[in-house]
Amino acid sequence: MARAAVLGRLTWRAATVAAMRDETATARTLTLDIAGWPGHLAGQHVDIRLTAPDGYTAVRSYSIASVADGDRIDVTVEPVRDGEVSPYLARVVGVGDPLEVRGPVGGWFTWRAAQSEPVQLVAGGSGVVPLMAMLRARAAAASAAPFQLLYSTRRPDTVIYHDELSRCVADGLPLSYAYTRTVPVGWPRPPARVDAALLAAVTFAPDEHPTCYVCGPTAFVETVADLMVAAGHDAQRVRTERFGGP
Amino acid sequence: MGIVTPGFRGRDRASSTDLPPGQYLTRDFPVLSAGPTPKIRLDDWEFAITTETGEVKRWDWPAFTALPIQQITVDLHCVTRWSKLGTSWEGVSLDDLLGGVDTAADYTLVHSYGGYTTNLPLEDLMDGQAWIAFRYDGEELAPEHGGPARLLVPHLYLWKSAKWVRGITLGLQDQPGFWESLGYHNYGDPWREQRYWGD
Repeated sequence: MARAAVLGRLTWRAATVAAMRDETATARTLTLDIAGWPGHLAGQHVDIRLTAPDGYTAVRSYSIASVADGDRIDVTVEPVRDGEVSPYLARVVGVGDPLEVRGPVGGWFTWRAAQSEPVQLVAGGSGVVPLMAMLRARAAAASAAPFQLLYSTRRPDTVIYHDELSRCVADGLPLSYAYTRTVPVGWPRPPARVDAALLAAVTFAPDEHPTCYVCGPTAFVETVADLMVAAGHDAQRVRTERFGGP
Repeated sequence: MGIVTPGFRGRDRASSTDLPPGQYLTRDFPVLSAGPTPKIRLDDWEFAITTETGEVKRWDWPAFTALPIQQITVDLHCVTRWSKLGTSWEGVSLDDLLGGVDTAADYTLVHSYGGYTTNLPLEDLMDGQAWIAFRYDGEELAPEHGGPARLLVPHLYLWKSAKWVRGITLGLQDQPGFWESLGYHNYGDPWREQRYWGD
């Protein structure tokens, strides 16, 4: 099903907001009902189209957060300053409102349940969204592939999926946070960005041959991907997804 | 018209003039790549054109930069929907690189350092439509934007303008490149909004 979804022609589909959930003070998850959704792979994204009363449209891409589950997908949206679509999705749209969706899109930044090698996930901010889809897909498939997550975020209260990630940790996921602005009370380190020492301490070593998925803002992804290659990871095994712009 | 989205008004419409359908204007220069940025020393750099018979023409950096250099001002359109207008580049025209090449090929596959590939019809690389660019906005081209040198084919979506270019293979048959194998359109004309397979 998922492969057919990658290969098929992409048509615009009517979608309805079925549920909403606040993830942080700013980020919101929308559950969309999309009749005839063809399924997707963890890590893929969708185009969402909004149409104004005069016919003007705006389209942006959002990573899918959920595993393939019938006609439903979740997207998690962090509003971008001066953005045109993300503030609407994060603050204005309501349950029952119609949207249009096209996808799934993207066949590279994906994880398939047939992959058995170690997987290192590195998230910067809302870059955690497609990586959460991979964690959920791994759980749904009862995969034994070893996963680790390093999640860079500004403050403890900017962590998206906090409670679910805590449950993943309780189930054995090695998860490390890098707080860049404010650390939790009692945290052993001052706020800091991801650097070579942290990567060496809390991610799979190059000789374990992980597939690495790095997603976040451009500067974050550029830095982390460079550090991973410098540490000895095979550049072909470091997959990146960068976002930037309004 | 599609389904009207309650409460959505959108931006000032004036900013969307002169752009291909579905694009919005940006003044930044976003970076999109599928993997880490390759670091290529100029001493190691080379650019090669390989014909369908296996004949190879090569340039190292001094030979390449000794070719006629053109000033290029073009608009960029990325499939992720940003467009950037009036960007300034310096580079070598593919007309000058392909000039002495004897070929019957209709298709090309462009190869990059780091393993990226993209395919284009040969005619889209000719007649002043494509360059190997190595300076942007008066400076050396930064690695994250494709330096030392990238293909620049501004009439197609920007994924066709392969960063870190190292060679072009000419062929009698079309062969999809990296994104073209992963759901993106084989040709990628922004004015016909050819984003994905089937568009």
